[in-house]
Amino acid sequence: MTPRDAILGKIRGGLSGADDAARRAAVEARLSTVPKGVIPARGQLDDVSRVDLFCAMVEKVTCSVARVRSHDHVPQAVSDYLRARNLPHAIRVGEDRRLKTLPWDDIKTLEVRRGASDGRDEAGLSHAMAGVAETGTLVLSSGPDNPTTINFLPEHHLVVVDARDIAGDLETVMAKVRNAFGKGKMPRTLNLITGPSRSGDIEQKIILGAHGPRAVHVIVVG
Amino acid sequence: MTVASDKPKVGLFVTCLVDLFRPVVGFAAVKLIEEAGCEVDVPMAQTCCGQPAYNSGDRHDARMIAQNTIRAFENFDYVVAPSGSCAGMLKKHYPALFKGDARWEERAKVFAGKVHELVSFLADVRGMDRVTAAGAGSVTYHDSCSGLRELGIKAQPRALLASMDGIELREMRDPDVCCGFGGTFCVKYPDVSNAIVETKTKAISDSGAELLLAGDLGCLMNMAGKLKRQGSPVEARHVAEVLAGLTDAAPIGGRD
Amino acid sequence: MQITSPDFKQNARHALDDVQLQKALGNVRAGFIDKRQKAVDALPEFEALRDNARDIKNHALENLDLYLEAYEQKVTASGGQVHWAETAADARSIVLDICRTRGARTVTKGKSMITEEIELNDFLDAAGIVPVETDLGEYIIQLRGEHPSHIIAPAVHVNQDQVEADFRRVHTHLAPDRDLTAPETLLDEARQVLRAKYFEADIGITGANFLVAETGSSIIVTNEGNGDLTQILPRIHIVIASIEKIVPTLDDAAQILRVLARSATGQDMSVYTTLSTGPRRPDDPDGPDEYHVILLDNGRSAMLGTEFQDMLRCIRCGACMNHCPVYHSIGGHAYGWVYPGPMGAVLTPALIGVDKGGHLPNASTFCGRCESVCPMKIPLPKMMRHWREKEFERGLNPATQRYGLKAWAFFARRPWLYRLATSIAIPVLGTAGKAKGRFSWLPFAGGWTKHRELPAPETRTFRQQWSQREALKQGGAA
Repeated sequence: MTPRDAILGKIRGGLSGADDAARRAAVEARLSTVPKGVIPARGQLDDVSRVDLFCAMVEKVTCSVARVRSHDHVPQAVSDYLRARNLPHAIRVGEDRRLKTLPWDDIKTLEVRRGASDGRDEAGLSHAMAGVAETGTLVLSSGPDNPTTINFLPEHHLVVVDARDIAGDLETVMAKVRNAFGKGKMPRTLNLITGPSRSGDIEQKIILGAHGPRAVHVIVVG
Repeated sequence: MTVASDKPKVGLFVTCLVDLFRPVVGFAAVKLIEEAGCEVDVPMAQTCCGQPAYNSGDRHDARMIAQNTIRAFENFDYVVAPSGSCAGMLKKHYPALFKGDARWEERAKVFAGKVHELVSFLADVRGMDRVTAAGAGSVTYHDSCSGLRELGIKAQPRALLASMDGIELREMRDPDVCCGFGGTFCVKYPDVSNAIVETKTKAISDSGAELLLAGDLGCLMNMAGKLKRQGSPVEARHVAEVLAGLTDAAPIGGRD
Repeated sequence: MQITSPDFKQNARHALDDVQLQKALGNVRAGFIDKRQKAVDALPEFEALRDNARDIKNHALENLDLYLEAYEQKVTASGGQVHWAETAADARSIVLDICRTRGARTVTKGKSMITEEIELNDFLDAAGIVPVETDLGEYIIQLRGEHPSHIIAPAVHVNQDQVEADFRRVHTHLAPDRDLTAPETLLDEARQVLRAKYFEADIGITGANFLVAETGSSIIVTNEGNGDLTQILPRIHIVIASIEKIVPTLDDAAQILRVLARSATGQDMSVYTTLSTGPRRPDDPDGPDEYHVILLDNGRSAMLGTEFQDMLRCIRCGACMNHCPVYHSIGGHAYGWVYPGPMGAVLTPALIGVDKGGHLPNASTFCGRCESVCPMKIPLPKMMRHWREKEFERGLNPATQRYGLKAWAFFARRPWLYRLATSIAIPVLGTAGKAKGRFSWLPFAGGWTKHRELPAPETRTFRQQWSQREALKQGGAA
């Protein structure tokens, strides 16, 4: 008997007496219909208030926030952030079309590095596929557009999110993921990021910048 | 002969610790239940709720003791105990003990429906919102675990205490954290129990209250015993003694 | 690791005498309890979410075989490999086989209790493969040669000055004048050292907080980001997870995530919740080339269908130990194996045997605070009592306890005998203790009087006094 069969056999033994056909139907139903659970009222707001809540929540988890009217203003917002913190005027960014086509050349001396991070970047820029207002969470999917290494290796992580992609709750984002990648399919990595990296492992004191970014700057577009 | 009345009939489950160590709590309970418009009787066939056996894994003896208790009390309108722990045993754990027992499960459930801890009986069942006894100075109240978490007793004793003149409630830090008694736990693991009760007596002393109150004699004997060993001037009484105004007896563990 | 659960009493004694440990345990309240309460109070739906989280896991457990099959199919479809391990030894040899066939020399690790359970680090060390813990707390205790004392805060027993001493001892590159007197500087030092390790490692090993049947994803929930660097930088990512980690859908995971972070650290969401599905895709610029999942049973399937099945709902948030007065007093190491606190008191006997883990379910006051904060509503005291029943049935508890209990029960079952005995004993005891109102010592009461006075009874029982009162009343009425 394979270990697989042995384990599954033991499980079935423990669950003996259960009606297998009914169980199979229940499992198939749950996987195909995906029942919604309890959705907190906190994020269930109109468009304007939802974006406001998102901004308030990301600040609560110690991110900084900038709001710009359109994508065209993103390069300036990036530059402003780097200069305000006295960082090298360089940014690591993936192949995301929404970021690639921006007027980067308008910002003099800003070096735009393309592709995955190798750990030598002070700052990286990603485009989130969504935001969650309820918790101030950024949702990023892996791929050439937004390499996962940019989310973790640079000291400063700048994240662009479209106001219209900010959902009230995580379940709405999961529905969007199903839509984008196909039901039951996922990108290699889906990062839900809520604030900069932190640790409380020394005497339960919270310190920012454990292994990932010390700072997360959110640029809300729209 | 006692004259038959329309008053609800309450069987007092006095609890073994009150019976053996602190009868005044029993009399205080009787007084309060009578003030709440009930008639009280004390069935002589009662012994202990069976919790020591139940919590030591001895279900058989626990069942035997539970059957005895149910038989002795099932004809009353209410069963009231001056202890959250024992009332919790009767109310929550007796039905669990007889789960699947055709003869006893239903009987235990009906019985459990009649069971109340004393203070919650007065406040929640009988609607008592004040007592006539005079105040007892500055007091601090410890929430015993079973009463708090199995029966939801927290506001009731504080509300009744607040209705008294000349009383000041000084909350201790973490009144809802265990005192380390835990029945047989305190003698099986004396060192751990001691560490827990030391934290508790520090909180009691820091509250600045002169008198410690609680609704369970087991916890009170533990805390009072520790306070006495530490030479603390804080006295300890069951909350029923204060609510009934029966405070002539020496506090738990005596007075120096 | 050596199991010392049978020595619980001595372990506890040492813990109570350990000044450093007692100081460190003082951080638990502010660090965990207050933060959790604040986060819970801010979410009106928290109770409803707890109920739903419990129901989701119950449903998953009742269909565990089917969800595991569905999960496996999705992992395979996404290019990953699933390995099944019945025992700890099986899981270890699967890991070793992957390491050997890929020529791996170093392995980075995300924080994972399951790898503690299977004692993976010692095993890899012995096989000549270097395991590097990357969670700050795990890294600290790895340097100290210790095991976690808490399931989410492994180094909660260590104070800052001890961390500094350990870093100075092991990080020989450190200049003597380098300032390491603040948590921030200690963290910076660990960050620099570990950053290099992520890039060197051949394999990254993580646990999983959830396995999602709908998509074949494994989810890790962390704050530091070490788990992510562990699983995206090396060429191979191995996930080791026990079989009960399964949840049906992404939405089910989202529901449980809401109660997990709040219960664990008082956050609405942990900083990083990461869903990993298969290896890197053909056009991905980063991520591992290989993705392996080892599904470990190690005694879980035997808990299904028993009174301990509910324990398999546990999501390892640590709230039970954060709120346990026993844990607060002695910390996690005294429990003598991997899982401390109330969840350990239930799980440990199931995994190592009640003959070895028997003290743990007994060392509880049944105060119920653990159950009241458990996000999955696991009836922990009830299950500890079930272990006590198993011990009692098998005669595993000490003879003195058994006979004492039996003697007491003999009387408690016979009301007239009980009355007779107490009406003789209490006056004797009451008279003896009358002058002082208490005893400092009594025969057979040493466990009590070692640390506290025993309040003396009055000279007559309540029922003696009551009977007399009733007799007088009746006499008066006649």
